[in-house]
Amino acid sequence: MEKFKQLISTAVPLETENVDTDQIIPARFLKATDKLGFGDNVFRDWRFHKDGSVNESFPLNQSIYGGSILVAGNNFGCGSSREHAAWALAGYGFKVIVSSFFADIFKGNALNNGVLPIQVSEVFLKDLLGKIQADPTLEISVDLENQYISYSNGKETFEIDAYKKVCLINGYDDIDFLISKKDKINAFEATQ
Amino acid sequence: MGKTLFDKVWDAHVVDVIENGPQILYIDKHLIHEVTSPQAFNELESRGIPVARPDKIVATADHNTPTLNQHLPVKDELSRNQLEQLTKNCAKNKITLYGLGHENNGIVHVIAPELGFTQPGMTMVCGDSHTSTHGAFGTIAFGIGTSQVAQVFASQCLLLEKPKSLRVNVNGKLAKGVLPKDVILYIISKLGTNSGTGYFCEYAGNVFEEMSMEGRMTVCNMSIEMGARGGMIAPDETTFEYVKGREFAPKGAAFDQKVAEWKTLPTDADAVFDQEYSINAEDIGPMITYGTNPGMGIKISEKIPEIADVSFEKSLAYMNFNKGESLIHKAINYVFIGSCTNSRIEDFRIAAAFVKGKKKAHNVIAWLVPGSQKVAKQIEAEGLKTIFETAGFTLRQPGCSACLAMNDDKIPEGEYCVSTSNRNFEGRQGQGARTILASPLVAAATAIEGRIVDITKYMN
Repeated sequence: MEKFKQLISTAVPLETENVDTDQIIPARFLKATDKLGFGDNVFRDWRFHKDGSVNESFPLNQSIYGGSILVAGNNFGCGSSREHAAWALAGYGFKVIVSSFFADIFKGNALNNGVLPIQVSEVFLKDLLGKIQADPTLEISVDLENQYISYSNGKETFEIDAYKKVCLINGYDDIDFLISKKDKINAFEATQ
Repeated sequence: MGKTLFDKVWDAHVVDVIENGPQILYIDKHLIHEVTSPQAFNELESRGIPVARPDKIVATADHNTPTLNQHLPVKDELSRNQLEQLTKNCAKNKITLYGLGHENNGIVHVIAPELGFTQPGMTMVCGDSHTSTHGAFGTIAFGIGTSQVAQVFASQCLLLEKPKSLRVNVNGKLAKGVLPKDVILYIISKLGTNSGTGYFCEYAGNVFEEMSMEGRMTVCNMSIEMGARGGMIAPDETTFEYVKGREFAPKGAAFDQKVAEWKTLPTDADAVFDQEYSINAEDIGPMITYGTNPGMGIKISEKIPEIADVSFEKSLAYMNFNKGESLIHKAINYVFIGSCTNSRIEDFRIAAAFVKGKKKAHNVIAWLVPGSQKVAKQIEAEGLKTIFETAGFTLRQPGCSACLAMNDDKIPEGEYCVSTSNRNFEGRQGQGARTILASPLVAAATAIEGRIVDITKYMN
């Protein structure tokens, strides 16, 4: 897994609330047996009309917006457990997702793929979305070590599990850790 | 202070606690399917890690399988490849697979209970968010991502933060025509789609105590639709009776021993939950959804609420519905009875009881998809198949089908589908398809009438 410490980037605003993982990557794209290429189809049915033409009004298609941060409405990533959603966002180039609330499974999937979900207050989110829309060149700073996100005059600290923070900073994943605990797991199994 | 059902099962499975971090939870049963497992197998193989406990894994093919002509090779190349990968991976790692056509094949959350893999007090996971279904047995069961599938393969454990506890009490008497699906759709409509996030939910009260196992599974199945990782119902005689005698359930003295253990699992009287809600059964009616998340539900006799909100309006625009509108008399061309929410024998009995002696509306295309080969056989054995066929319906073969439309069972763009599945997200049943979630009874009535009807009027 890629290491993550800090990031300074512009962002793409996606105001919609309750964005479910079926929107992030529709089920018809889940037939692959590897993790590659999902980025091409992220938000497929919002980015393109059914005839294949580009939906110009969707923020990802608006050339004024860009960067590796996605700022999204409340309850991002709800629904299906498909990790393909995290692969699609990472594949497209997003490294940070900002929202006022994340669904549990998506949050874990993102962290397991080096994508940092940052939960901020409703007030901060609203202000940030407005600022990006007013000035798409706005730079946003994310500092994982010190756990804060900031832009012009806005700044907020965010929570992250201490263990997961170490994993992201060092690029470790849970498999390495669990295998290092094999003795304890074997001892537990012996009691069953 | 007493312990909750959840605490008791969780605490019995903690291998280790990381200081200021997650806990290592042991997993008793790992269910896998073709869509969310291949990348996990690849991960292990590329790192040279063996599957730790293949004996604790059960595999089925369900998400991406056709529901017609299952004896023929799967036409879609990508789907066929995914199924072949599953077969190959299971053979290589000595994992039990109930593939397409096997007598035990079916939707993962339907077959595990019916084969007796699902038992009270267990921890169960699957790369599928509706794994919460198994909570109906007093099991900690939840959906996981593919990285976690790989973790369980490698260690039979997961690193998790212990969720908070939530209890939803429903007491009173349900009106005629109000089914378990209506109970859970009502709960989600009242509490909201993210009310359960961060929590594990217990459903308590006489309504759940009096419910069949099939009904309890329907309720627990949709826990994730209010954000809860899982939902549980305390095991009781109904549970023990269901598990008894199933192929992989303990037998004889071992079963009695287990029952004695399972009887200690229900939440202690003095246990305290982080959050608790109470609902009167009398307030619940037959439900229907009008929007693009499962929380956007109303009683079938009610009108769409008038809420000024961008996301709400976007949702109504997608559905082509208006604020303040009633859905009664809306013409419907598609009906789907199936999915891990409502494809068990009880669901087909309910649909058949309504359909008996009537004819399907000409405008309706109805897909009736049993949850498993065993359910399909039982439908035939109980004479329900004849009832459906006489009414003009055809039964398809088991699988997830139009619930997520990965296979060819897709609802055309712009069409409405009254569906017994669990998600009405945009495009869930096909690009541009409009899903209306309901119980098997409402779905059956819609198929007969060709439009949405006030089912409460048929009940009197």
